[in-house]
Amino acid sequence: MPFSNNSLGIFDIAGSAMTAQSQRMNVTASNLANADSVTGPDSQPYRARQVVFEMAPSGGQDIGGVRVARVIEDPSPMRLVHDPKNPNANADGYVALSNVNVVEEMVNMISASRSYQANVEVLNTAKTMMLKTLTLGQ
Amino acid sequence: MIDKLDSSLRFHQEALNLRARRQEILSVNIAHADTPNFKARDFDFGSRLTQAVERGRQSASMTMATTSSRHLPGEAHATDEADLMYRTPTQSSIDGNTVEMDVERVNFADNAMRYEANLTVLSSKIKSLLSAVQ
Repeated sequence: MPFSNNSLGIFDIAGSAMTAQSQRMNVTASNLANADSVTGPDSQPYRARQVVFEMAPSGGQDIGGVRVARVIEDPSPMRLVHDPKNPNANADGYVALSNVNVVEEMVNMISASRSYQANVEVLNTAKTMMLKTLTLGQ
Repeated sequence: MIDKLDSSLRFHQEALNLRARRQEILSVNIAHADTPNFKARDFDFGSRLTQAVERGRQSASMTMATTSSRHLPGEAHATDEADLMYRTPTQSSIDGNTVEMDVERVNFADNAMRYEANLTVLSSKIKSLLSAVQ
């Protein structure tokens, strides 16, 4: 039966997508929280991070769930702000702030939340279908 | 007798099976809405149902020939992934993903409704068969 003993049932697929989307939301939260961080633990300004999704292979089949392949760091240059009073300012009086683009992160967050909702709906529909199947012939 | 019972329910069984399979494929498409280079897939329900009813579900699989009734039947199931087709996107995206959420959601809801309709028909058929044997 497609729902249960098949390793990639709808529940697994939608569940993996929800996990991946919540991970993306987590990274977005980290980026937004550090939008104004001047230094991180490595004494470098915070770099924005992005997740990369890929298909999780499943037993030689072409279809499968989602997983986070890796988390990449944004290579774009740091935001330089002229602030000679800051102790982290360089010789020219510029402070390097994180390269987080707040607008981009907000869009990312909304997109992740919408995708998450879509998968919750998939799960609900699959559950309704399965419950109805269980009452077959009654 | 059992054979007749089986054949009267077989069409609905095959249809339900394919509907569940299609639901799974569509859920994969929705799950991969943000995966770069993912291509949305689907299959033609009508032709697959005709094929399943006319030639049986195992048409693509191979069975071992048995020369004695005491031989164990051996069967290799062919995966039906080859029958999956790629959707043609109306609007292409820059990351190579061809999932269009509106199309997938409409198909998903439609398929779920048809699955339930199929269940209702099958349920009433079972009821009428039951009342006939009583």
